[in-house]
Amino acid sequence: MRIQKEDVEKIAKLAKLQFSEDEIEKFRGHLEEILTYVNKLNELNTDGVEPTYYVQHAGDVMREDRVKPSLPREEALKNAPAQDKGFFRVPKVIDQT
Amino acid sequence: MTGKSDFQSVRQLLAAGDINCQDLTQQYIEKINEGDKKFNAFISILGEMAREQAVAVDRKMAEGRAGRLTGMIVAVKDIISMKGTRTTCGSKILKNYISPYDATVIERLKAEDAILIGKTNMDEFGMGSSSENSAFQPVKNPYDLERIPGGSSGGSAVAVSAGMAMSALGTDTGGSVRQPAALTGVVGLRPTYGRISRYGLIAFASSLDQIGILSQTVTDCAEILQVIAGRDDRDSTSSDQPIPEYNTFLSRDVKGLQIGMPSEFFGEGLDKEIKQEIDKIADLLQNGGANVREVSLPHADYGIATYYLICTAEASSNLARYDGVHYGFRKDHLTELESMYTITRSQGFGDEVKRRIMLGTYVLSAGYYEAYYRKAQKVRTIIRQDYERVFKTCDIIIGPTTPTTAFRLGEKSHDPLRMYLSDIYTVSAPLAGVPSISVPIGKDSKGLPIGFQITAKPFGEGQCLRVAHWIEKNINHQ
Repeated sequence: MRIQKEDVEKIAKLAKLQFSEDEIEKFRGHLEEILTYVNKLNELNTDGVEPTYYVQHAGDVMREDRVKPSLPREEALKNAPAQDKGFFRVPKVIDQT
Repeated sequence: MTGKSDFQSVRQLLAAGDINCQDLTQQYIEKINEGDKKFNAFISILGEMAREQAVAVDRKMAEGRAGRLTGMIVAVKDIISMKGTRTTCGSKILKNYISPYDATVIERLKAEDAILIGKTNMDEFGMGSSSENSAFQPVKNPYDLERIPGGSSGGSAVAVSAGMAMSALGTDTGGSVRQPAALTGVVGLRPTYGRISRYGLIAFASSLDQIGILSQTVTDCAEILQVIAGRDDRDSTSSDQPIPEYNTFLSRDVKGLQIGMPSEFFGEGLDKEIKQEIDKIADLLQNGGANVREVSLPHADYGIATYYLICTAEASSNLARYDGVHYGFRKDHLTELESMYTITRSQGFGDEVKRRIMLGTYVLSAGYYEAYYRKAQKVRTIIRQDYERVFKTCDIIIGPTTPTTAFRLGEKSHDPLRMYLSDIYTVSAPLAGVPSISVPIGKDSKGLPIGFQITAKPFGEGQCLRVAHWIEKNINHQ
């Protein structure tokens, strides 16, 4: 299982992470080693086997659609790195090319 | 490890009026303040909060309306939300995060008057088997400070092992309660997925995560399980299976019990001394009237690969929420949204978390989903079927909890795959959705604790506790 530098850069972009050149090489090596190891699953024939998503799956669990108390806005905003007039504040996203 | 008390003996002292909760709590706070300098088991010590709680519990005792966990000093893994306290998950990205609400398990412990003494150190977001992946400090094993205590619930295990708490909550995704319990000589139970509500537990891998219990005795473990088990409307995956009276299992012997020993758990890689000790216990059970025989879990060897594909995929999705917007760390002075996300995450997460996010993103990405993620879920079915087959003729499955006793700090931290392989005996129970307990059975020639693992059918926690308690009673600890 070969993993290229470009693969690592592509995955990092998808995962919103960035790495130095040294880190890219380190992670490339680890990913390659781990993916080579997990390829042992290909020894098993799984044709016709149903995947397990949840072990205790009892079907959909329904509840009444009723309004219940929830966290007040101030509480929910308390941990925000930046807030403004009751909203989460982020860097400007419009008017950028 | 002197000065350890279990809940049952403390309860008698309280009932006799020889001690009150305030003094007891103060003793533990002092023990932690003094002792934990060596171990780094705690991230937050909740001194003030615990003292206030103790005052209230003493008042309730005087009025004769104290709960069933009165006098139980409990430490909580720092991935479980407790209102008004920091919940860091062992990560820089949540270093200053204050939980705005209580997890269901915390509500239930408080309602029965357990004293919550502190939040424990751990591998970042539960990702690790040595507690070296804490963004703060590595946790040390009380039996040898040069060695790891296991992980990811290493802080909880050490809090109990060193007598800084009577019991602790941990979480077990692939072995994170049982493995550190084994390596520090305490009891560690991973209940069935769905037995305990995950509401307020910060997610790592949602189809595998389960809250578990670490304690000094099996009886104390049963006491806590009784309080925190059960359906919760706020976690739709929590089960409404009836909850038995767990202590009724503790008085039962092992006569007539059908016990399977999977040959796959005794092959290459298992330390010889551990094997010897496990065999001794198997003989003890046989002599106690159980029928112990060899069984096979033919796909056990695929457990690690299956586990790491599923848990990393789920982690990459769960950890997408740490973007520097809603809570947690945000890198200052960034004026552009995309780089705010990327720089915040790159500076906020440690290496193992990044590695798992990367692996998970890879196996979920276009072109690889079928080959890796779906494949792993199919093998998960095959592993589950292995257990179902064995449980047709066996009541429980026994074996070692870990392939070796505690390893040295730094020994595996630069070799992720080798670290992953230390979970070899613990990952399959979560994949199969069955409960499993580790109980201490002695020490190796270096004086390091050995754990014995007992696995039962779904919702068979009672059987795990029964056999663990029987072993606890019937072996002579060195």
